[in-house]
Amino acid sequence: MATETSPAVTVTQMPTFTEATLDPGVPPGPIEEKWEKHKFNMKLVNPANKRKFTILVLGTGLAGASAAASLGELGYNVKSFCFQDSPRRAHSIAAQGGINAAKNYRNDGDSVFRLFYDTIKGGDYRAREANVYRLAQISTNIIDQCVAQGVPFAREYGGLLDTRSFGGAQVSRTFYARGQTGQQLLLGAYQALSRQIAAKTVEMHPRTEMLDLVVIDGRARGVVIRDLITGKIETYVGDAVVMATGGYSNVYYLSTNAKGCNASAIWRAYKKGAYLANPCFTQIHPTCIPVAGESQSKLTLMSESLRNDGRIWVPRKADDKRNPNDIPEGERNYYLEERYPAFGNLVPRDVASRAAKAVVDSGYGVGELKNGVYLDFSTAIKRLGEHVIKDRYGNLFDMYANITGEDPYKVPMRIYPALHYTMGGLWVDYNLMSSIPGLFVLGEANFSDHGANRLGASALMQGLSDGYFVLPYTMGNYLAQATLGKVTTDDPAFKEAQYTVDDQVKRFLAIKGTRTVDSFHRELGKLMWDDCGMGRTAESLQHALTKIPQLRAEFWANVNVPGGGNDLNQELEKAGRVADFFELAELICLDALHRNESCGGHFREEFQTPDGEALRDDENYAYVAAWQYAGAGVSPILNKEPLKFDYVKLSQRSYK
Amino acid sequence: MKLHLKVWRQKSGNRQGHLVDYELDNVSPDESFLEMMDLLNEKLIEKGEEPVAFDHDCREGICGSCGMVINGIAHGPKAAVTTCQLHMRNFKDGDTVVVEPWRASPFPIIKDLVVDRSAFDRIIQAGGYISVSTGSAPDANTLPVGKEQSDLAMDAAQCIACGACVAACPNGSAMLFTAAKAAHLGLLPQGQPERNRRAVLMINQQDAEGFGGCTNIGECEAVCPKSISMDFIARLNRDVLVGTIAGAGRVEA
Amino acid sequence: MYVMTLHRSSIGKKIIMAVTGLIWVGFVLLHMYGNLKVFLGPEYFNAYAEGLRTLGAPIFGHTHLLYVARLVLTVALVLHVWSAYSLTQQAHHARPSNYIVRQKVQANRASLSMRWGGVVILIFLIYHLMHLTWGLPVAPGVFVQADAYHNLVNGFHFIPATILYLLGVIALSFHLYHGVFSAFQTLGLNNQNTETSIKGAALALSLVISIGFAVVPLSVVAGIVR
Repeated sequence: MATETSPAVTVTQMPTFTEATLDPGVPPGPIEEKWEKHKFNMKLVNPANKRKFTILVLGTGLAGASAAASLGELGYNVKSFCFQDSPRRAHSIAAQGGINAAKNYRNDGDSVFRLFYDTIKGGDYRAREANVYRLAQISTNIIDQCVAQGVPFAREYGGLLDTRSFGGAQVSRTFYARGQTGQQLLLGAYQALSRQIAAKTVEMHPRTEMLDLVVIDGRARGVVIRDLITGKIETYVGDAVVMATGGYSNVYYLSTNAKGCNASAIWRAYKKGAYLANPCFTQIHPTCIPVAGESQSKLTLMSESLRNDGRIWVPRKADDKRNPNDIPEGERNYYLEERYPAFGNLVPRDVASRAAKAVVDSGYGVGELKNGVYLDFSTAIKRLGEHVIKDRYGNLFDMYANITGEDPYKVPMRIYPALHYTMGGLWVDYNLMSSIPGLFVLGEANFSDHGANRLGASALMQGLSDGYFVLPYTMGNYLAQATLGKVTTDDPAFKEAQYTVDDQVKRFLAIKGTRTVDSFHRELGKLMWDDCGMGRTAESLQHALTKIPQLRAEFWANVNVPGGGNDLNQELEKAGRVADFFELAELICLDALHRNESCGGHFREEFQTPDGEALRDDENYAYVAAWQYAGAGVSPILNKEPLKFDYVKLSQRSYK
Repeated sequence: MKLHLKVWRQKSGNRQGHLVDYELDNVSPDESFLEMMDLLNEKLIEKGEEPVAFDHDCREGICGSCGMVINGIAHGPKAAVTTCQLHMRNFKDGDTVVVEPWRASPFPIIKDLVVDRSAFDRIIQAGGYISVSTGSAPDANTLPVGKEQSDLAMDAAQCIACGACVAACPNGSAMLFTAAKAAHLGLLPQGQPERNRRAVLMINQQDAEGFGGCTNIGECEAVCPKSISMDFIARLNRDVLVGTIAGAGRVEA
Repeated sequence: MYVMTLHRSSIGKKIIMAVTGLIWVGFVLLHMYGNLKVFLGPEYFNAYAEGLRTLGAPIFGHTHLLYVARLVLTVALVLHVWSAYSLTQQAHHARPSNYIVRQKVQANRASLSMRWGGVVILIFLIYHLMHLTWGLPVAPGVFVQADAYHNLVNGFHFIPATILYLLGVIALSFHLYHGVFSAFQTLGLNNQNTETSIKGAALALSLVISIGFAVVPLSVVAGIVR
């Protein structure tokens, strides 16, 4: 009936999907005991037999490196792949702020249950309770492990670990190493991996890109790899495949992800039958440096931890061109503090991002392009002194000054939200196994744990939890039970996959069109940001769904990939990634269109509370949407994993 | 602004390379150096030429992928930044900019400005870790670490393994890289048991990779994007001295 | 005796270079101090020269300790030059092709001139020994075996020898400035708190030594010492 009175809230006419229900295989029992009991019930592989199993691990970020190292330590025969020139360069390295753990060292009321609760609530009730609880339990082991590895976490004068608070939490549970926590954690994992490489339990293949998954008898049994230096297409057989290949923010071209981050591994797994869950759950990070011009190639994040001491504001007068320091207190609108007195500047990322978008859209934006809001440290500098701020955020301030040419100690920073993280990813069960047996998915590449919005300092926690403490158990359980036939790379499935990959390379090189890969990518990114970004409507999504296929067709007809296929060809690499982004973009929009509610990072403008907060529809959408590939040009199949909340009461999120 | 670029082009490791001149117009001072290179590449592709290959990834100065010698200085004229964080406002209209790859025999050139830095990985594999397997760690607060000590370890741990130290060193030495890792781990109580052994093993690997020795000139710390101090090299030297005299690192040999 | 394995690694070679270098620094310092006795007149100076031969008497026989010192210095010199040569080779292998454009950032003249500066000092040292210790006919005038004072004054009246001597001293002072700091760094005796003081001390030492040496031939040429 609403449709008749206000056409703006037209509920989407969606293609009807074949639907199926999906069972995540969560073990029974009280939530606190599930993981412990499950660990006991899982089958073990005899130590002597472990080296007979070959495990292929793709990606060497926190999840991939920690998994490869831990599996190597257990004695499995591991082969690890990354596209960078060294496993240490995976994009986890760029995570700044910190890692959460329910250590309660602060005596401020933290607990495993509270971390679990905050994560479920922060994720706007779209995550699987059992997984999140396990994550909160494991969080404490991660800190122990990392400290033992020599991660130089920040410390107090007494020599014990320091913590800070982060968005979406009222306790101080975030451990950090200056503004380079991701770097230090990754180096810890990389060093553990290096130790295993030296011990020959792990064979490392840098500068290789996974271009297809090989499925034999319904199980993941191998991968097709392109050696990025020689261009050779190679095949590897394994008893299991682990994907820890990160997220897909780069669909949007401008994001805080590294330039090389891509979705090819998960997309090609999707096309081989792995379900892709909740692709529309994308996270926009509120504190990034605003775009400076057309040629911008990526966006730079300023850690969310800055919101601890920085105050966010815009002038009360629209289009105010004064120097921010000349705007008196009374003419400043500290919109987060006013609207959310309890959490203030520390509201979760989605809330902070949308609020920034709202003020900028209404003309209050600051900076030359009027595309930012101020993040002001003057109060904190006055209160704590410049040296304290320098100690906490020195490297971030330097980075900001370097990029913008402005001194953030003197002039407020300008920030604006940017694409940062994707909660969606390949669907996995409680054991982190995808819908293809033998294909495990870890870290950002899977969909689990963060629901519709990830809390700050939780990505590092999840990646390491998956890699160090979950997969080593569940992998053994799988291998101990699976009857795996002998497979060689001569198998027709390998030959076919190899042929497909080879063929795609040849097709790219043969097009010889007039537009660069980047120009297509930029156009796709803009389209996605405008139509499926911070705010989405059925209309914008339908617009995107008409535009993307057109652009994709033009891409395949008119892209110019210079050079050849037999040596280092970075344009060719990019072309393959962008081709996959095109297809994934469509699925993101489709998922966003089908989800007629707003939750977390998925904000459908038609569905909001009177004061502009995300309005969930728990009755109809409290499920994980796991999409199943049904063939080119055919609507995918929608598998629904219902979400039950037995421990956290579903409620409208409030940070007021 | 307009730039005269002279960029090192080399088809592959076993071919001869040379500088090629390019004129590039409409460079914005807000662009990063790599965005300027993107612009050049777009122009080259449009003209049907092969773009310049260069390593890059995060473009926020932390992954350590990028690295070019710009007008004779590793990572260019601005101190304490990587090439991706060097912005074009550091150049003037009409400048001539010479871009060369890292040059050192342990870093063979793969193509254009891309070099193979896997020698660094092998130095870490030789001993740049604390031997602790997953699951065996005690509670994180069991061993207190003084703040100063921990901060100092963090200073060293910031190394991004970009290789600028090697590129800048007249001796092609990797001492700053190796010393940063040895100091990071050696300064922490967790790293003590393996400290001297680690230092000896890493140095043996560094020598085996063909890096030069240190003559304490300091070009490495001057170009280091993370401002890692060469004082850490002194620590490494001491650990190697003590370790060598004690026969550390030879047990398994 | 794992210490004997030091020469195998680059750092080991540097340590050998540092230790042998410091032995020579000690010698050079004493030598300079001895030279200054020339200002106290021939008897005093010649007695000092003779005193070197009877050093350690009566426990050590005539010139015995002097030969021990000479042996130590020679071995130190050989090791110093060997490790320098070996490390130079290693460095050249590490950087066979150089940059087309090269700019130094913080390297100073002293640090960049260690190798050829060392060669200059070595050449000077040989000439110096031939000239004033062994009394070989490399300069005009008569070399009198037991009259060091005479040999010195006579020697420096030969201007080319004096110029070479001064060049040697300048090379030595550069070599010492970087070398002394470098030795501390190599032996691991430097850290962020000591760096400035070590560099300052190295500068002071190199100045004292170079001035202390240079003042003797200059005084001879100026006629103050005759």
